[in-house]
Amino acid sequence: MATLHFNKEGFDKAISAGGITMVDFWASWCGPCKMLAPVIDDLAGRYEGKAVIGKVNVDDEQALAGEYGVMSIPTVIFFKGGREIDRKVGVMPADAYTAILDANL
Amino acid sequence: MAYDIAVIGGGPAGLSAAVQARQRNKSVVVISGDDRDGPIYKTERIDNYLGLPQIRGPELLERFRKHADSMGVERKTGRALNIMQMNGAFYISIGSDMAQAGAVVLAPGVARGVKYPGEAEHLGAGVSYCATCDGMLYRGRDVVVVGRSSEAPEEANFLQEIGCRVTYVAPREPEGLHGGIPFVKGVRIEVLGEKAVTGVRADGRELSCAGVFILRAAIAPTDLLPGLALRDGYVAVDRDMAASIPGVFAAGDCTGLPLQISKAVGEGLVAGHRAAEYLDKHK
Repeated sequence: MATLHFNKEGFDKAISAGGITMVDFWASWCGPCKMLAPVIDDLAGRYEGKAVIGKVNVDDEQALAGEYGVMSIPTVIFFKGGREIDRKVGVMPADAYTAILDANL
Repeated sequence: MAYDIAVIGGGPAGLSAAVQARQRNKSVVVISGDDRDGPIYKTERIDNYLGLPQIRGPELLERFRKHADSMGVERKTGRALNIMQMNGAFYISIGSDMAQAGAVVLAPGVARGVKYPGEAEHLGAGVSYCATCDGMLYRGRDVVVVGRSSEAPEEANFLQEIGCRVTYVAPREPEGLHGGIPFVKGVRIEVLGEKAVTGVRADGRELSCAGVFILRAAIAPTDLLPGLALRDGYVAVDRDMAASIPGVFAAGDCTGLPLQISKAVGEGLVAGHRAAEYLDKHK
């Protein structure tokens, strides 16, 4: 499955669904975000049916970025049961994300 | 863009590695900041570089540069922010840009990972190293730029243009700063705030802000590549200039004393050769 691209509505729906959701806050002007993109896409494929993996473009969704206190991109936030359970700021190797996903499947 | 070898740093070590790798027919990109930040640029006269006594630092650098250009070495200007390894390739982010390479030569000079009090704790919570990446998130808010590189005034100007209220803190007032950006002299810096940044203390003076952009000439190798082994504070290498991560080589001042041009050029040569061999073996 391809990575989902959330607007506010899609984002709210995804995180309130109950399962684990991983959201990458990114923008096109950000080199580290571009670097992380293939990692996110790869995880979206590997966790298909187990976790919801998507992205929020902070340029389009400034209010969402503000609401979640995103102060540096990329920031990846993990939600479960509608609540934030963890976040990773900056580019990390894939293991950093899979560790959180696997612990919350 | 994908290259065989990415060299981080455009001083004697990096350019030497790049030239050697080009001689082995590898595609090479050199990622470096402003020349004026390099120690060679600031050296009025060099007396111990074999065969070129009493040469001026900027002139020698210019010769190195021209040599590399003539060999087809590509250059990207900017600060390497992260290096990530995935599926046998290295991905390097440079501001809003990115490069991909099969091997990496670290030659950033002496870039220690010493941080200001409060800096590491607030990374991603108001501390940023990339104005182009994170500036937009601070539109309409107060930010402090801690200028420790020659390009920092330009980045401060960029932040002002996109709508941040910028204060510039540095040991000396720089040239090229837009009018309307206040300058505050500051050597001792401390980042303040509980969960998120609320201010910066510069030589005892408190400046209230939501974000602080700390712009050094180069990011320390251990911050670029978490897990990279050090020895006595320098990048640990073997006789092949191989660092602790396969595919990563290092040369020049970042590997330790003596901090001299001849040593940097020699190490760059070894690193360039070995990086090329590494690629031949792993293709």
